[in-house]
Amino acid sequence: MSAPSATAPVLQAEALTLAFGGVKALTNVGFSVAPGSITAVIGPNGAGKTSLFNTISGFYKPSLGRVLFEGADITRLPAPKRAALGLARSFQNIALFRGMTVLDNIKLGRHAHLKSNVFDALFYLGRARREEAELRRDVEERIIDFLEIDHIRHASVAALPYGLQKRVEMARALAMQPKVLMLDEPVAGMNREETEDMARFILDVRREWGITVLMVEHDMGMVMDLSDHVVVLNFGQVIAQGTPAQVQADPEVIRAYLGAGDVGELRRRLRGEAAVGAA
Amino acid sequence: MDWAYLFEIALTGIAGGGLYALAALAFVLVYKATRVVNIAIGEMLMVGAYLFFTFAASFSLPIWMAVLGSVIGTGLLGAVIERTMIRPLLGEPPISVFMVTVGLASILVGLVEIIWTADQRRLPEFLPNTPVMIGEAFLAPKIAYGALIAVVLIGLVLLLFRFWRGGVALRATASDQAAAYSMGIHVPRVFSLAWVASSMIAAVAGIIVGAIGGISSSMGVFGLSVLVVVIVGGLDSVLGALVGGVLIGLIEALAGSYLGGEYKLLATFIVLVFVLMVRPYGLFGTHEIERL
Repeated sequence: MSAPSATAPVLQAEALTLAFGGVKALTNVGFSVAPGSITAVIGPNGAGKTSLFNTISGFYKPSLGRVLFEGADITRLPAPKRAALGLARSFQNIALFRGMTVLDNIKLGRHAHLKSNVFDALFYLGRARREEAELRRDVEERIIDFLEIDHIRHASVAALPYGLQKRVEMARALAMQPKVLMLDEPVAGMNREETEDMARFILDVRREWGITVLMVEHDMGMVMDLSDHVVVLNFGQVIAQGTPAQVQADPEVIRAYLGAGDVGELRRRLRGEAAVGAA
Repeated sequence: MDWAYLFEIALTGIAGGGLYALAALAFVLVYKATRVVNIAIGEMLMVGAYLFFTFAASFSLPIWMAVLGSVIGTGLLGAVIERTMIRPLLGEPPISVFMVTVGLASILVGLVEIIWTADQRRLPEFLPNTPVMIGEAFLAPKIAYGALIAVVLIGLVLLLFRFWRGGVALRATASDQAAAYSMGIHVPRVFSLAWVASSMIAAVAGIIVGAIGGISSSMGVFGLSVLVVVIVGGLDSVLGALVGGVLIGLIEALAGSYLGGEYKLLATFIVLVFVLMVRPYGLFGTHEIERL
């Protein structure tokens, strides 16, 4: 796994502060995501991980600070514009279009990039036909094959098991042709086998598609195994960041996860999980 | 039992139901995309009919221009209503938004009475008036052609929903707003689109209703039957709007001719109560299932 390169970061959070009334969900959060890296945000429940995700993807507006995407300030851009720029995300609680098929869900990911207008569509002429053909080819040959969901392409998403729904959500995000893929707990609630599949997909997304990955994840083994860079949040603040090894050795992190308990024990546990994840 | 008579009544009922289906489609469109129960749907029809009346009778424009003018005008009204009355209430309890549409209904009635007075008026004749015969059955020409227009328009709307980007965006928004938003779909614009499209459909429905029965400031009561249709069919179901429309049209016609005109509403409301007892979310509505 290569270390983040020295090139300009593709995504940057600068001193982000987010307050809901008097409650500060995020305080002065800053980190960068190097292009081509896998960056993970970890932290105990309620640490502000999902708030951070929502701020980066445009669902929340920070009270202070900036979000930079490829060097440009996108803090004030609404979510759909950010999606069009190449920022795709998945949701912690799966947000698929229920009642539609897997294929329709995935194709909707390309929505922001389509240009055909109402008359093209009505008569299914020129542009609409071309766009549809191109989209179909890309979705069917690349994305569906890649995520191994060929057998369920015409199934209704609502009827699928949880692990497959997560995969469809990722497929839809890939159809958005993102530069950065944001995954909110991609393996939450999955068994070991499903987790390993998903880990493999995340690595392949980076390797084969050249997409930068930013994820929030609880599964410590997977985070330590996949990530180049780990950001640790606690009570809405960054308490540590660095390589997995640096973060695991950080006493502040250990305290956040275990309280003021036995540091050696947690260190062993973190390592142990990482070892299992790697196996 | 006079089968020929029954057939004729049923045919009239189904044709009339086509109009209910069209108006119900306008209602469902807004509900599906925005979860707003637009109680003023009947009054939107009325505005469409009056605009048509103004363009066709007062300005003496050709019929097609008057229809176009009415559709565009009502569509604009829908956009203004969405932007000024509905969007500011985003995130408020559904009952507040519902009450706003109740208020909207009386505002529209008031405006119509101020501008056009409360007198009943007749729309210029524009539908062919040769009787339509289907087999042995006679069908009043206005009802037949009205139904034909309704069917064509419904077909067009369904096609747009299936294949147009905006239609797909609307379906996606109806399904999951957060996901649609993160997919690059501008959700507020979809809300606006839903109101404009709904108003335009309502305008056409209003013109046909007006052509059949004349127009007045109380023609909004047509909306009451539309509400029955959408509740029977399921508030968020396009299929429900279509099936419910034809069903209610049929029941009204049968009750009206076999029991007498005063039993029309009674019959439809009995059906409503029965459907709600068996399927509280309507014939085709979605159950609200939340995984906790």
